[in-house]
Amino acid sequence: MWDYSEKVMDHYRNPRNVGKIDDADAIGQAGALSCGDELKIYLKIENDVIVDAKFQTFGCGSAVASSSILTEMIIGKTVEDALKITNEDIAEELGGLPPEKMHCSVMGHEALIDALKNYTHTNNDNVSEKVICTCFGVTERMIIEAITENNLTTLQDVTNYTKAGGACGRCKGLIQELLNKYSKSGVSTLTPAQKILKVNKVIEEIIAPELQKDGGDIELIDIQDNEVYVKLHGRCSECKKSTVTLKAFVETTLKDKVSKDIIVIELKD
Amino acid sequence: MKVYFDNNATTKTDERVLEEMMPYFKEEYANPSSMYDFSKNSSNAIREARVKIRDFVGAKNEKEVIFTSCGSESANTAIYGVLSHNRNAKHIITTKVEHACVLNPYKYLEKRGYEVDYIGVNSRGELDIDELSSKIRKDTALVSVMWANNETGVIFPVEKIGEIIKSKNPDTKFYVDAVQAAGKIPMNVKNTQIDLLGISGHKFHAPKGIGALYIKSDAIIKPLIKGGHQEFGLRAGTENVPYIVGMGKAAQLAQESLDFENSEVKRLRDKLENGILNSIYNAKLNTSVYNRVPNTTNIGFEYVEGELILLHLGDEGICASSGSACTSGSLEPSHVLRAMGVPFTALHGSIRFSLSRFNTEDEVDYVLEKLPPIMEKITQISPYQDELEQLKLSKNKAVL
Repeated sequence: MWDYSEKVMDHYRNPRNVGKIDDADAIGQAGALSCGDELKIYLKIENDVIVDAKFQTFGCGSAVASSSILTEMIIGKTVEDALKITNEDIAEELGGLPPEKMHCSVMGHEALIDALKNYTHTNNDNVSEKVICTCFGVTERMIIEAITENNLTTLQDVTNYTKAGGACGRCKGLIQELLNKYSKSGVSTLTPAQKILKVNKVIEEIIAPELQKDGGDIELIDIQDNEVYVKLHGRCSECKKSTVTLKAFVETTLKDKVSKDIIVIELKD
Repeated sequence: MKVYFDNNATTKTDERVLEEMMPYFKEEYANPSSMYDFSKNSSNAIREARVKIRDFVGAKNEKEVIFTSCGSESANTAIYGVLSHNRNAKHIITTKVEHACVLNPYKYLEKRGYEVDYIGVNSRGELDIDELSSKIRKDTALVSVMWANNETGVIFPVEKIGEIIKSKNPDTKFYVDAVQAAGKIPMNVKNTQIDLLGISGHKFHAPKGIGALYIKSDAIIKPLIKGGHQEFGLRAGTENVPYIVGMGKAAQLAQESLDFENSEVKRLRDKLENGILNSIYNAKLNTSVYNRVPNTTNIGFEYVEGELILLHLGDEGICASSGSACTSGSLEPSHVLRAMGVPFTALHGSIRFSLSRFNTEDEVDYVLEKLPPIMEKITQISPYQDELEQLKLSKNKAVL
């Protein structure tokens, strides 16, 4: 059972502004029937002010509630102000949404942006429209926006907010890359010199002693941005499981102790 | 009014079951394995319950029955128990529409090096027996097939499947998940090629937390839970005496109510189903009307989403369930309906109603009164107004 707020329940029970506007000045769409939710939003705009908004939604209770409250939020606003509304604003206005349902607010936001984009003919062409999650048709831009606007840090967060990665899971690697690149928290703000010193310290004091216990050793060769180049010595270098050692132990330890975005690369002799 | 039409999820504990259990919480709390006279009543109670389960599943001997904590434990014990006894054969078969308690162990085994075949179903949810037959090999260790599907109620012909398996490979073991069949259709394992069969008490009016596993006398498994000698050494742990007693009683009552299930409960289910299909133009049955347990109907409502239907039904006190992605916490809609190829238009708006002997005609009438206006309201929100209009027209034409 979902823990829906009173406001969510009020809006799915009595949705406001249901329907379509026949002579709409802007129409926006998000989602698809096959994905389990789809939203259409119709706007009447006079002198750059949204004077009327209606919606049609195929979706769950929180999808209907998100669409319904969004129409209330934008009526009377200028196009410019409406463009400033984020999915977080929608969720907040509803008194919060369960984490698994945050994608409903994202969908509302997507449909609004889609409508206004069509109206103003401004297209965010500078940001890639590459589709990352093919199951749900989630683009790179949508994921980056979700990460940066909501301070997301984990894969599960991204799935909760955008649905991306929630079905076949093939795109999880790509999402993780975007997280590594755009997620704020967990990524260190050390200067290059500080980073080098810290990586070196962690390798000398934590990682090397552990490997030495098993008759192996590690040598730090170089650091470029977030890439840490190392050489494995002794038994580690002959070990068939050296990639496992590298990823599961060395990289995890460095991610944990220094910065989440660190990638360890092994150099061979 | 509260209407509970979600009996495939769980059922109400029968008062008579609870009454039978109570002494084993209060006076008869002895450990059945103890040596003094005080433990006699509790060990006798387990013996009697075992006989009742023997009769319920139609086993030859009560020693073929062990008690577990639930249906999932029965399935896990059967699957891992068979495979740890026979470590050479590395091929296993199941269906695409099994419950997670079978599918997830299979997926786990697949990662651990087993070769797995998942057998599909047709659009009516019926198993492709020919495909299953063709997949059985020399090294097939285990086939697992559910007797009745939890979401659709569709019955698989496990007696016939057992014959096919053994004719192809007598060494292949056959596990039947009978959790949704127990109490709904007659079971008689002694005349079949079923080697193992699992049931769960709370699906037939015993409390949650008790299940049983039938293991044919010549089928050998290794225990999943190792420890004491309980349950013939096949399931360690001090016996859960009150619950075992409760499930024994519930099995006896369910056996006695089988005719009622297949007449009265079926009549109410059919009334509900026909009422919905006749009064709601975007409703369609996701299965055929045949080959089903008597209490279940799975209906797709096109161009609307299931959770929204359930929320509105919930507001009227009506409990049902949905294969919709949004209700599950996962983002994927029901694997059963997808395996059947239910179109996207109805996939997300499919609702399961499952009745029991405690439901009444008044409750069916109440749902038939409340559901049409709910659907009218929800369809108005849908972006697919043109498609819905088309459906309405074609339905009206069909009625004329």
